Amino acid sequence: MKPSPFAWSAPASLDEALAELARVGDEGKVLAGGQSLLPLLNMRLAAPAYLVDINRLTELAHVRADSSGVRVGALARHAAVERDDGAYAVQPLLRQALRLVAHPVIRNRGTTVGSIAHADPSGEMTAVLALTGGTVHVASTAGPRAVAAADFFAGPLESSLTQGELAEAATFPAFARGSGSTFVEVARRHGDYAVCGLAAVVTVADGVVASARAAYVSVAPTPLVLDLTDAVRGADPATADWAAAGELAGGVVDPEADIHATADYRRHLVRVLTARALAEAAGRAGESSTAAA
Amino acid sequence: MTEELHNVRLVVNGVPREAQVPARRLLSDVLRHDLRLTGTHVGCEHGVCGACTVLLDSEPVRSCLLLAVTADGHEVTTVEGLGTPDDLHPVQRAFRECHGLQCGFCTPGFLTTIAAYLQNNPEPTEEEAREAISGNLCRCTGYQNIVASVLRAAEITRELSAAGRPIGRPAADKSEDES
Repeated sequence: MKPSPFAWSAPASLDEALAELARVGDEGKVLAGGQSLLPLLNMRLAAPAYLVDINRLTELAHVRADSSGVRVGALARHAAVERDDGAYAVQPLLRQALRLVAHPVIRNRGTTVGSIAHADPSGEMTAVLALTGGTVHVASTAGPRAVAAADFFAGPLESSLTQGELAEAATFPAFARGSGSTFVEVARRHGDYAVCGLAAVVTVADGVVASARAAYVSVAPTPLVLDLTDAVRGADPATADWAAAGELAGGVVDPEADIHATADYRRHLVRVLTARALAEAAGRAGESSTAAA
Repeated sequence: MTEELHNVRLVVNGVPREAQVPARRLLSDVLRHDLRLTGTHVGCEHGVCGACTVLLDSEPVRSCLLLAVTADGHEVTTVEGLGTPDDLHPVQRAFRECHGLQCGFCTPGFLTTIAAYLQNNPEPTEEEAREAISGNLCRCTGYQNIVASVLRAAEITRELSAAGRPIGRPAADKSEDES
């Protein structure tokens, strides 16, 4: 349970880090919070020849919120994003999801952008990026590029990042005015990866449901975004048939079985949790965003 | 192949320490093997059990999920830095009073986690106390007495501050078990 040998460098600037990543190519791996990478190294499921440690790039530790959304730098720890009141006021789904990411001690170290770059289809923050229609800002010596959430996730543990690239930041746009959101999941034990989970957002306009959408973890190879508005459009948010939206979602997903749950059980959870989450999100849709717990 | 060694400087329990280590050396191993501070226990080595939890710049982290080279230049507090046998930290007193440990293997991780938690949340409810320790595994106690210990530690801390005795003295005074 010790990592195999690797060469390590801790660049002092972003330019230096990008030059190092370009030099080491596909033998290199970025080390940020390490809460997913270190277990993989300790168990020797991964054995990169080079680690480029970005923990000294404190300029990437930012969490910036304005009315359009929240920008999170590559070195911002989950705990910092979770605590940030400005970020919560603009995009409450961040805090709603982060409280379910592993345990508080892991969140002190793990980074939000790192867990997105890790692209684990059980990772809550992948669904948050997907549901908010966020963007990953990628840097390399070839210059910056912005990748939309819909294009970022290629498969389980596989992103569209290529060698020499660093996910420098991610932006999470605010939802439309009149929206409420939540994140719910079922895990075998508190803090474990979810057997099924979803981020949900309901938008209410003129007193009726205008939109209901959800992004799922642990039921597809990448975060799965579903628009469930058809089941509840125009309904009173207090009495809408959320179970119908759950049925709609359950009919679409095609989860796989594994040691933790059968495919049928996951589909059942999709139905039940979708109805539960949408109802909860709808209950918050009328509130000011800062009042939602 | 000889691995390249890196010089790592840490302030551990208030005392400047230094070690020459390969990049792959975990902070947990530097503490135990290089610095001979064996109070930090290593259980699962992949971040699940919480036994190796130490404070990095006052925040609890898994020392098995941190390369020592990454921690270079930072402050680390281990269980040895919490209290001494003659002057137990309030969390240690609470564990003793409430029978919050049996075999003791997981205890250092609980103590560091709870000490840091109570700094930010001095009056937890029972439910919050459970959440605070949810990332630490104990195979002996069944957790009930650990939850009681969290609540008792909060109470002791309040009693001490009411009596004008601030909790937790600067770590540097408590370093006599270090060489």
